[in-house]
Amino acid sequence: MTDFSPLLLAELAILAVLLSALSALATRHLPALMRQLVIPLMGFSGLLALLAGVWTLGTGQNSTAILPIGLPWLPWQLHLDALAGLFLSLVGGITFIVSFYAPAYVREFEHGNDSLPALGGFTGLFIAGMQMVILSDGAFVFMVSWELMSLSSYFLVTFQHEKAANRRAGFLYLLMAHIGGLSILLGYALLAAYGHGLSFEAMRAASLPEGWATLAFLLALFGFGMKAGLLPVHVWLPEAHPVAPSHISALMSGVMLKVAVYGLIRFTWDLLGDVHWQWGVTLLIVGSLSAIMGVLYAMMQQNMKRLLAYSSVENIGIIFIGLGLSAIFSGTGHPALAVIGLVAALYHALNHAMFKSLMFLAAGAVLHSTREHDLDQMGGLLRRMPWTGLFFLLGCISIAALPPFNGFVSEWLTFQTSLQAWALDSGILRTLLPIAAAVLALTGAIAAATFVKLYGIAFLGRARSRRARRAREVSLGMRSALAMLAIVCLLLGILPTLVIDTLNSIPQQLLGKGLEQATAHGWLWLTPVSAETASYSAPLVFIGALLTWWLAQFLLRRGSVRKVRYGDPCDCGFGTPNARMQYTSVAFAQPMRRVFADLFRLREEVTRDEQGRERHQLQVEDPLWDWLYLPLARAVNALSKLVSRLQSGNVRIYLGWSLATLVVLLWLIS
Amino acid sequence: MADLLNPVDWLLALLQVLLFALAAPLLAAWVKRIKSRLQNRRGPSLLQPYRDLRKLFRKEARVANSASPLFRAAPYVVFSATLIAASTVPLLAVHLPTAILADVIVLVGFLALARFFLALAGMDVGSAFGGMGASREMLISALAEPAMLMAIFTLTMSAHSTNLSSVIQHVLDSGLLLRPSFLFALLALLLVAVAETGRIPIDNPATHLELTMVHEAMILEYSGRHLALMEWAAQIKLLLYGVLISNIFLPWGMAQQLEPLPLLIGLAAIAGKLMLLGVVLAVSETLVAKMRLFRVPAYLNLAFLLGLLGMLSHVILEVGV
Repeated sequence: MTDFSPLLLAELAILAVLLSALSALATRHLPALMRQLVIPLMGFSGLLALLAGVWTLGTGQNSTAILPIGLPWLPWQLHLDALAGLFLSLVGGITFIVSFYAPAYVREFEHGNDSLPALGGFTGLFIAGMQMVILSDGAFVFMVSWELMSLSSYFLVTFQHEKAANRRAGFLYLLMAHIGGLSILLGYALLAAYGHGLSFEAMRAASLPEGWATLAFLLALFGFGMKAGLLPVHVWLPEAHPVAPSHISALMSGVMLKVAVYGLIRFTWDLLGDVHWQWGVTLLIVGSLSAIMGVLYAMMQQNMKRLLAYSSVENIGIIFIGLGLSAIFSGTGHPALAVIGLVAALYHALNHAMFKSLMFLAAGAVLHSTREHDLDQMGGLLRRMPWTGLFFLLGCISIAALPPFNGFVSEWLTFQTSLQAWALDSGILRTLLPIAAAVLALTGAIAAATFVKLYGIAFLGRARSRRARRAREVSLGMRSALAMLAIVCLLLGILPTLVIDTLNSIPQQLLGKGLEQATAHGWLWLTPVSAETASYSAPLVFIGALLTWWLAQFLLRRGSVRKVRYGDPCDCGFGTPNARMQYTSVAFAQPMRRVFADLFRLREEVTRDEQGRERHQLQVEDPLWDWLYLPLARAVNALSKLVSRLQSGNVRIYLGWSLATLVVLLWLIS
Repeated sequence: MADLLNPVDWLLALLQVLLFALAAPLLAAWVKRIKSRLQNRRGPSLLQPYRDLRKLFRKEARVANSASPLFRAAPYVVFSATLIAASTVPLLAVHLPTAILADVIVLVGFLALARFFLALAGMDVGSAFGGMGASREMLISALAEPAMLMAIFTLTMSAHSTNLSSVIQHVLDSGLLLRPSFLFALLALLLVAVAETGRIPIDNPATHLELTMVHEAMILEYSGRHLALMEWAAQIKLLLYGVLISNIFLPWGMAQQLEPLPLLIGLAAIAGKLMLLGVVLAVSETLVAKMRLFRVPAYLNLAFLLGLLGMLSHVILEVGV
C-alpha cells in the first residue's frame, strides 16, 4: 500500500467518515460541532470516494488491499474495480452534495430533544457501511458491512422515535432487512461451499451445478431485492424512507437501494458468472411488476415523501428490467445486446441516484419551510420558494423520463434493448420483451401523471394552508445542493455518450465486451446498436429545443403588444375562486384510481354524524398486505402459540427440556 | 453520420419544419370545413385559423393574479417541444438530417414533455377546471402512450430500426404487402391519434362545455399570444399525427432524392393524403358521439390490444419469413 492508488483514496474516505461518526459523539455538549466538523468530514469523505470511483472508472485499473484488522485466516480484503468504482462514486457524489444540504437541515435539531450524536454517528456508520459493502472482496467483509449499513440505517429511520408510526416503520424495516440479510448469507454459503473459501476469488472459481446455481441466484434476488424494494417485498420501503430526516431519505433512496443493485450484479454477473436466460425472465417479470405497481401506488399517495418512496420502487423496477433484458440476451448468446441492457440498467441506477436525491432533498426543503407532509396542505409554493420550485421542477422532468433530461436517456436505452427482441429464436421471448416494453411505456406515462400531480398540487395553484402561505425560501446551502443535482441531471441527459464511454469498462469486466459502437460516431451521436437502427443526438436536440424556445420568445416579445395585464382568473360569473375550490391530490388521482381500482385495496365510505353532516372517507392501501403479509403474520403467530405451550413457568421442566436437547445433540454428533 | 451533415440538407430540413408549422392551421381548417359541409353548414374559410392566430398574436395577454412564472413560460415550452417533435417526422422527403437527430421514441418523449407542461399550466391558476383538465389529460395520455408505442414497436421491429426515415424506407422497399401486423398497427395508431389530438369521441375541440372538456379546460385561462401558441401547438400536433400515419403506412410519393421535382411530387402527395385523412376524420367525428370519460379506458384498451395483436402477428407470422 505504498503507492498512491484509488483504493487508498477509498480507504481514506472510509476513515474520514468513521472519524465523522466519532466526532459526532461530542455534539451532545457542542451542538454547533455538527455543522462545523461532523458534516464537513462526511462531505470530505464523499469527495474522496467520488474521486476514487471516477479514477477507477477512467483508468479501468483494479486494486486490492488487505486491511490490517481481522483474523489471520479471515483477512479483511478490499478490492476496487470498475463496477465497484461506479457505485463508489455514486455513494461519494451524493454524500458530498448532501453535506452542503445537511448543515441547514440539522440546525433545527440543535435545540430540540432529538439526539445529535445519534444522528451524526449513525449517518457516519451508515455511509461507511455502504462504502465497505462496495469495496469488500469477500463474503465475510461483505456481510459485516451489509449489517453495519442495515443496522445504522435502522437507527436513522427511528431517529424521531417519539412517534409510534416511526417505531413501527423501523421495526418493519429491521425485520425485513434481517430476513433479506439471511437470504444473502445463504446465497454466499452456497458459493462458499463450492468455492471452498469466503473470498470472492474462490467463489468466482467455483462451478455450481445448474440447480444449485439457480437456487443461489434466487436467494440473492430475494435478499438484495428486499433491500432494493422490489415487489412483493417492498412494503418496508414506503414506511421507512419517508420517516427518516430528509437528507437521510435521500441517501437511503438515492444510494442504499443502488448498493443492493450493486450486490445483485456482483453476486450474479461476477461471482456466479454464466447467467441463464431463465434468470433474466425472472428479473424482467419482477422488474416490470415493481415498475408498474410502484408507480400506481405512488400516484395514489398524498404524503410527499411517501410518494417519492413508492417512485423508488418503480425506478428500481426499471433498473431490473434492464438487468433482465441483459441476462436474457447473454443467456441466449447475444453478448453485444446484453451489453446494451446492462449499460441501460447501470445508467438508470446512476440517474435514479441523482434525481431521487434531488427530489428527496427538495421535499426536505419544503418540509423544512412549511412543516407539512401532506400535499393537500401545500399549494402555490413556486411563488414563495422560486429556486426550490425550479429545481424540483427539473427533478420532476428528469424522473418522469422526459427529454432532454437524464431519465429519458436510460429509458430510451432500455426501449432500444427490448426492441432488439427480433434477434431471439424463441417466440415466447420475442413476445415477452415487447410486452415488457409496453409495461415500461405505461409506467413512464403514469409517472408523468404522478409528477404533474405532485408538482401541480404542491407548487402551483394557491396556498391551501396558512403554513404554505407563509413558506420561505430555504438557505443558500440547501439550494446549492439542489442546484448541483439538477445540473448533474441535465448533463447526464445531454451528454450520454460521455457517460457511456466512462461506464464502458464495466461491461468489459462483466461480459467481456464493451459498447464501443454506441459512441462510434463521435460524442454527438448515441447509436447503441448501429447508426441505421437508432440514433439520438441529445446535444443537438437540446440546442434545437433551446433555439426554438428562444426564437419564439424573441419574436413574440418584440411584437406590437408585448404587455401582460394581471387580473382575476375566470370565475364563470360567480365569486372569485378560492383555494378550497382547487383540485386536490385525491381528486387528481380519482380517474386513475377508478380505472385501476382492482389493483388497490380501496375503502370508501360515507358516514353521517349527529348533525346529519356527511363525511366521506377514502383509504387506499397496498393489497399485498391482505394477500401476503397478514396471512404470513397470522401463520407466524399461530406457530409461536404452539411453541408457547412449552412455557409452563416451572424451572424443573425447563431444565428437563435443556437436558433432552443436550442428549439429542450429543446423539447427533456422535 | 458526418456525410449527412451538409448545409443544403439542413436548409431543406429547416424549410420542412417551417412548412410543418405554416401548414398546420390549414389541416385544422380543412377538417372543420368538411365537418361543416357534412352538417349542412357552409363553414369558415380555410384561412380562418390563420386570421385567428394573427388576431391573437396582436392582442394583449391577460394573466391571472394567482399565476406563477410557469404559467407564462409554459406556452413557449409546449410550442417548441411540439415543433421539435414535428421536425423529426419526414414530411416531403425520406432522408433528412433532422430524422437522424432523434428517433420515434424521442418524438413521443417530446410530445410527452409538451403535455407535461400543458397539464402543469392548467393547474397553475388554481381553478377547478384546470385541475380537472390536467387530471383527465394525464389519464388519457397514460393509457394512450403504451398503445402508441406498441403500434410503433410493431413497425420498428419489422424495419429493425426506430428511425422514422429507415422505417419509411423499409416500407417503400418492401412494396405494398398487406401484412396483418401493419393493419393492426394502423388501426391502433388511428385510435391513438384521435385520443392524443383531442378529437371526438375523446374530447371535443369545439366545445367549452365545462363537464366534458379536457384540452380546452387546461388552456381556459390563456389569452393573447399565449393562447395563440397553445392553439398553434395543438394544430401542429394534429398535423404531426396525420403525417405520421400517412407517411408510414402510405409512403408512396415521398421524395427519395433532394431535388426540386421529387420534392414537388412529395408535396402534392402528402397534401392529397392529408386531405383524404381529413375527410375520414371529419366523417368519423360527424358519425360518432363523444364518449363519457370512463368509457375512454375501454377505447384505449382496444387500441392497445390492436397494437399487441399487431406485435404478436409480427412475432409469430412474419419473423424469419
